[in-house]
Order: sequence, then C-alpha cells, then structure tokens
Amino acid sequence: MKHEALSTARAGAAAAGTATKVDARIVNVFYGDKQAIFDVSMRIPDRSVTAFIGPSGCGKSTFLRCINRMNDTIDIARVEGVIDIDGEDVNDRSVDPVVLRARVGMVFQKPNPFPKSIYDNVAYGARIHGLARTKADLDVVVQSALERAGLWNEVKDRLESPGTGLSGGQQQRLVIARAIAVNPEIILMDEPCSALDPIATAKIEELIDELRTRFCIIIVTHSMAQAARVSQQTAFFHLGKLIEMGPTEGIFTNPTDQRTQDYITGRFG
Amino acid sequence: MSEHTVRSYADELDRLTDDLRRMAGIAESMVSDSYTGMVRGDMSLCEDVVVRDKEIDRHHEDIERGILRLLALRQPVGPDLRLVFCAMKMSNDLERVGDLAKNIARRGRAIDRTSDLEALRGIERMGRAVSLQMQDVLDAFTGRDADLARRVWENDEDIDQHYNSLFREVLTYMMEDPRTIGASTHLMFIAKNLERIGDHCTNIAETVTFLITGTRLSNEKRPKVSGIDA
Repeated sequence: MKHEALSTARAGAAAAGTATKVDARIVNVFYGDKQAIFDVSMRIPDRSVTAFIGPSGCGKSTFLRCINRMNDTIDIARVEGVIDIDGEDVNDRSVDPVVLRARVGMVFQKPNPFPKSIYDNVAYGARIHGLARTKADLDVVVQSALERAGLWNEVKDRLESPGTGLSGGQQQRLVIARAIAVNPEIILMDEPCSALDPIATAKIEELIDELRTRFCIIIVTHSMAQAARVSQQTAFFHLGKLIEMGPTEGIFTNPTDQRTQDYITGRFG
Repeated sequence: MSEHTVRSYADELDRLTDDLRRMAGIAESMVSDSYTGMVRGDMSLCEDVVVRDKEIDRHHEDIERGILRLLALRQPVGPDLRLVFCAMKMSNDLERVGDLAKNIARRGRAIDRTSDLEALRGIERMGRAVSLQMQDVLDAFTGRDADLARRVWENDEDIDQHYNSLFREVLTYMMEDPRTIGASTHLMFIAKNLERIGDHCTNIAETVTFLITGTRLSNEKRPKVSGIDA
C-alpha cells in the first residue's frame, strides 16, 4: 500500500514536468489517540496547481495544514513523517514556523482580512518581514501584490478604507494579495471559493491560473468541477489515506481506483 | 458499480445505454437483411431495410439530444463521461452503418439479374463475415467485453481480404462478359459498402475498448493488408 501510494504520487509529479517542490514521505497525523492521516506520501510539483479532493473528514485539510505546520497550533495534534520543501524538512527543529509560514502562505474558506485599511492589510506582512525599507518601497510592494491578485483597479482609489468593507470575493482576493506580498513559494488554499458567488469564484479561479506560473499552489476543494478546472494534478483522499494521485485529466476521465471513481461520479460521499 | 447518489442521473445514463442498444439492434438487422435481400433478390426485404433507415436516424437524433442534455445538466466525469463520449461516437458510426446498409438494399433492388452473377456467392460470404463483426462488437458493448472488442478490431484484416479478392473476381467477370458490367459495378459498390461497414465496426471496437478500459486501441499497430486503393 505504501509503495503503491508512493509510486502514483511520483507519477503525478513526473507527469506535470516540473521539479518537485514538496516531497512528503509516510506522513501520519494524530489528534490525541485518533489517527487522521495514514502513511501519506506524495510529491507536489512546483509552478502548478495541485487539488486535494475527498469527502468531508478524509484528511485533506489536515494534510494541507501539515505543509506550513498549522497543526502546531493544535495542542493535541501530532505529525509523524517527513515533509520536505526543496529538500528541507519543515518539521526540523531549526525551522522557524513564522518564517516557514511566510514561505508557505495560506488562504482560508472565509476571507479573514485584518481590521485595518486595504493598504495595511497587504503591507502588514512586508513590514514585519522587513521586505520594504521606505514608504515608497512599501507602496510598490502593495501595488504589485494587489495587481497580481487582480484587485488593484477596484481598490486603488480607496486604499485607506477598511479591508472588511469589501465584498466577499474582493476580501478573498485581498487576503491572496496579502499572502503574495511577502513573496511566498507555496500558497495553500483551503476551500477558497466555498463562500463566494459564481462570478467571484471565476475571478479567483482565473487568479489561481495566473499565479501558478510563479507559485506552487495547493488547493483543497469540495467542488470537483473546480478541481477539474483549476488544477494540473489531483489527489484523492479517503478516510485519511491518499487513494490516488495523478494528472487531473486522467483522474476525471479514467481514475484507477474504484473509490476515486465512485467519489468523482457522485456514487458516495 | 454502486448506485448514483442522484437517482435521476443514473436513470438518464441507463436510458442512454438502452437507446444505444436499440439503435445498434436495428443497425445489426439492417446489415444482415441488406446483403441477404440483395443476394436472394428479395425485394420486400430490401424495401424494408430502406424504411428502417429512417428509424435509425430518429434514434440518432434522440441520442444526440440526450447527450447534450447530460453534458449541460450533469457534467459527467470518469466512467460516466466515457459512456457519454462513446455514445456520441457509436451513434455516429451506427447512423453511417444504417446509410450503407440502405445503399446496399437500394442496389439490391436496382441490380439486373438476367445474367448469372457468380460473384453473389462472394458477396454473401463477405456479408456474413461483416454481419458477424457487427454482432460481436455489439455483444462486446452490451457485455462490456474488452477482449471481444479487441478481436473484432483485429479481424478487420479478414474483411479487407474479402474485399480485395471480390474486387479481383468481379473485375474478371466484367472482362469476360461486358454485358455484366452494369450489374458488376453494383456488386463492386456493394462490396465497398460492406467493407466500409467493417471499418465502422472497427471504430466501434475502439470506442467500446475506450469505454471499458479508458485506454485507446488506435495507438497500437494493427497489421494492415496492402490492398487496392479503391
């Protein structure tokens, strides 16, 4: 089983034709006595979008949160195994989780802008990480991040208004701008569109497609159609195990595993 | 496979399969009746084949409508997507098979039978071989039998050989007795139509294989007989 998961995941990275960014090997996660992730191994390629799909409680979010050590914030959570980013284990003692989370940005289901101005929301990370020395530098960082998030034209005249005053879709793009302002390498997205209407969703999907030329993007989604639309690789989780991973087109036309087949065609879950 | 969570979706997919099976059944009977009626000179059988072609066309339209509806409303994926995709291809092939059978039946009515047509025996042999291909490939679809589909695919070589030898044979009769040229030309076209039906069986075999396995046969090399470019 271990070997099987390992080899399908490797095939996924190889098929994408890019270098491996994240290499996870035999990862197990426990919440207290309860095991949430079982022996998950996968390689996630750089500069592409990898989607995690699976029924609720299958462990896809838990696994996503291992990559930037968000599970550290949960007292009873325990992570075993190795997760390398560019060959360096994120769980190594020498890794500062704060620095790690700047390298690995995260976007959540509900947009969570700080109760600050639009400008400060984006400038915040750049300030604390010392990425801008002068106000002019900071202006450049903020503008470029908002532009890349496709929000600049909508907010350039009201940068001092509170970020919380934007619409849901705009707020989500604002937090994406905030994440990319600190020049991350990986962006984790946990159901980034589930609170948005179809137009706002389409904008985020378009944005994801643009961002993948620079970043390694991993997205957890309940929408199979969204996984099919935005990702190049898809990983299917079930009951804490990685069942199948491969090029998205293959997963949605000819899945190998019966459980994947049943799930994507709407036969259980 | 376990049941769909959405019952009406499963019903629509089942209906598509049933429609396709019915259409295939008509096409299959048209093929065997067309060459039989033609060989025996059974005019009413030939006429019946011509009429049945309208039925095939009606099924073809119904299936297309069903497919459009499934694509628009259900966005099928995985094996369901393969079924819808294959239904589209198969119904196209079957519609063409219907046209070709109709053409054979029409020539069967028109053919001049005053002189002895030796080549009819060859046509009958070839017709039987093509009918069998048709039967097998549809059984492969109904029974989801990838091995049988593959055999049909490989057997097309035999059909091509039948056609090549019939072509030479008919050519000889024409040279021997110019009075048979009119009828022989009909026979030549009939042989060609049977050969085309054989090709559609091969297409369907590829489609059925993709439906079952998700992989394509056409990437592999099939031994091809060098024949007549007619």
